[in-house]
Amino acid sequence: MTGEGEIMTTRLEGLVGWARGWAQGNSLWPLPFGTACCAIEFMSVVSSHYDLSRFGSEVVRFSPRQSDVMIVAGTVVDKMTPVLRQIYEQMPEPKWVISMGACASSGGFYRSYHVVQGIDEVVPVDVYVPGCPPTPEGLIQGILMLQDRVKKGLGKPRVEDRIRDRRAAFGRPLAGTGPAHLLPVYGQVSPSAGEPEAASAAPASTEK
Amino acid sequence: MATREAILEKIQGRFADRVTAQDNKDLATILVTPENLVEVARYFRDEPELACDLLLDLCGVDYPGRSLRFETVTHLYSTKKNHRVRVKVRLPEENPHQPTLSQIWPAVDWFERECFDLMGIRFDGHRNLKRILCHDGFQGHALRKDYDAGQRWQCVPGNIQVPEQILGQGEIRDHFETQVLNLGPSHPATHGTLRIVVRLDGEIIVGSECEIGYLHRCFEKMSEAHFYNQVIPYTDRLNYCSPMLNGIGYARAVEEMIGADVPLRARRIRVILGELSRIMDHMVCIGTNLVDIGALTNFWYFFQPREEIYGVLEACCGSRLTNSYVRIGGLSADVPKNFVEEVRKLLVSIPKHIDDVDRLITQNKIFKSRTVGVGKATAEQAVAWGFTGPCLRASGVPFDVRKASPYDGYDQFDWDVPYATDGDTYSRYLVRMEEMRQSLKIIKQALGDLPPGPVITGDWRVALPPKERVYNEMEPLIWHFKLIYEGIKVPAGEHYSMSEGGNGELGFYIVSDGSGHPHRIKVRPPCFPLFQAFPALANGAMVSDAIAILGSLNIIAGELDR
Repeated sequence: MTGEGEIMTTRLEGLVGWARGWAQGNSLWPLPFGTACCAIEFMSVVSSHYDLSRFGSEVVRFSPRQSDVMIVAGTVVDKMTPVLRQIYEQMPEPKWVISMGACASSGGFYRSYHVVQGIDEVVPVDVYVPGCPPTPEGLIQGILMLQDRVKKGLGKPRVEDRIRDRRAAFGRPLAGTGPAHLLPVYGQVSPSAGEPEAASAAPASTEK
Repeated sequence: MATREAILEKIQGRFADRVTAQDNKDLATILVTPENLVEVARYFRDEPELACDLLLDLCGVDYPGRSLRFETVTHLYSTKKNHRVRVKVRLPEENPHQPTLSQIWPAVDWFERECFDLMGIRFDGHRNLKRILCHDGFQGHALRKDYDAGQRWQCVPGNIQVPEQILGQGEIRDHFETQVLNLGPSHPATHGTLRIVVRLDGEIIVGSECEIGYLHRCFEKMSEAHFYNQVIPYTDRLNYCSPMLNGIGYARAVEEMIGADVPLRARRIRVILGELSRIMDHMVCIGTNLVDIGALTNFWYFFQPREEIYGVLEACCGSRLTNSYVRIGGLSADVPKNFVEEVRKLLVSIPKHIDDVDRLITQNKIFKSRTVGVGKATAEQAVAWGFTGPCLRASGVPFDVRKASPYDGYDQFDWDVPYATDGDTYSRYLVRMEEMRQSLKIIKQALGDLPPGPVITGDWRVALPPKERVYNEMEPLIWHFKLIYEGIKVPAGEHYSMSEGGNGELGFYIVSDGSGHPHRIKVRPPCFPLFQAFPALANGAMVSDAIAILGSLNIIAGELDR
């Protein structure tokens, strides 16, 4: 074969890739994982006034099996983390995650004993949308950014690494390995579970 | 209505020195020992002159350094006599426990579980004393003062409670088998983070159990770490369908403690925006309830006026949903110049949307067959379960805090408390529809009586002095500095303040130690008792009815779990 054929092959792959990106990007089906205030703003986004269907993402599916992008709208607390992870794992590939709002992105102003300090402790995130809650325009911009990434065939941001590090560290304090305010502090699970004394023996937190 | 003195006299006449009356200005407060608690509580409920039939709230307070470290505080209300009572029990640090009150008020069940979870107080004889808000892997009790606010505990799948009572039930006789169905915590019909486990016999629900805590964001612990004014943004996120009402309720509680004088203009604006928020709340409730039972159109009908109301709120404070517009002593800023015209436009446009939905739904055969007689609660049941707000009024008890103990000038307006008698899902829909119209009536009157003037008190111990004076004069600068660095100093003491939230009585019980930080803030969330009664309402109904009932109760997770 000459070099010409190889060039053709590459072009075809590029064409297929472009077509797939274009098709996928323009028909992202969101799964609203709405937990709190942001879910109310998400309702506004899909409602008549802001009308998300103009951007090809209006087919809201509550089944993870039928959706491409999970929009985590609202605070995720420790008790919710196994649920969030399970639903994420139930979604078919390829899948994306949008973290809507300050709480989902970083815990927001809930620096407290029961709130996940950013859902990237649990699932990898593609787009973070700031705001408390984000305005509907903000979320639409986030979806457009994701569409852009999908269309260009850009890979995942390197959050998978971050989440692996964090998951490996589950169950022990991470103090001393980075900026303290970004890292979760977990208590040691001692055999005497349920005893109030166990709390005082646990490592100090990063609060304040 | 019995006065504070009359209640105390009555109870001391009966129990003599076994109870201690406390000198609290807001409510009649008595202190009892754990041994006498049940007897005193029963007397409060059964004595016709006291008739405290509605248990509002039970919470624990931690006073480190006292010989009896813990205190449980119970707030009672009499729907017949319209008076309130506070009963306190002091408990030692070592093994704090007291008898359960669930034999007297069924509503206390979850409140006691919450008190156990967060404060570590045991309730002897409680049927199901488990953690309710935190997961099972959690260690310690979060609201104790020596618990670090940032200390988290890992949650693995095994740490999520399994509702044992439902799973452990035996098979029903005369049928082949029953099965267990899990709804939530991420389910389209739960609109948030609720979890219900039902046991089904075919399509019929024979038992169910609710599980909450999937949105426990530690409001109460967070508020203890902030100044009084810094708590306001957190209150917005309690009931996020009507954020303004939470802020108003909280600010009022602190204002009453300080004795701050709120200008009339600020109170009128609070009424107007508060009632608009109530309309938004009811719209979300009715809209999503109808979506769940298959009527999508109304949802879009109601979101148009919601966007218009958002527009007004955004013009006032710059934020659509989480307003943080209220300040202790008034409001953060005056309303824009065209405020009155904009709200008048809303007064024209909102009734159209309400009428549209009314015409589509109220006499709709399918809707009626789905809701009439479904999820019935009689007046006695509703009171025993601790219902307040539209759900209580739908059961025939016309209790509305705005009428019963008026605030912000609600007694100066001409409006009615709508109520229904059937107590079913349809009645709750009717009550909410009529309440929106009454709210519009209140807004119209408040708008016609909007005086000019300041929107925040001129007391510099409470509100920041004007910026131009801070930059040019010494005294305002000092006050500005003190307020920012030390916060508002609230006199030591305790106070319970109530307002009518979107779902019922929203109470704030605040304990102050005289510093800039609250010692304890307990929210009395109206959703909490409502959701607690769900298994009783859903028993014997179909699965699809359970969804209709749940929607009509309007459970907002942010307020339920705090």
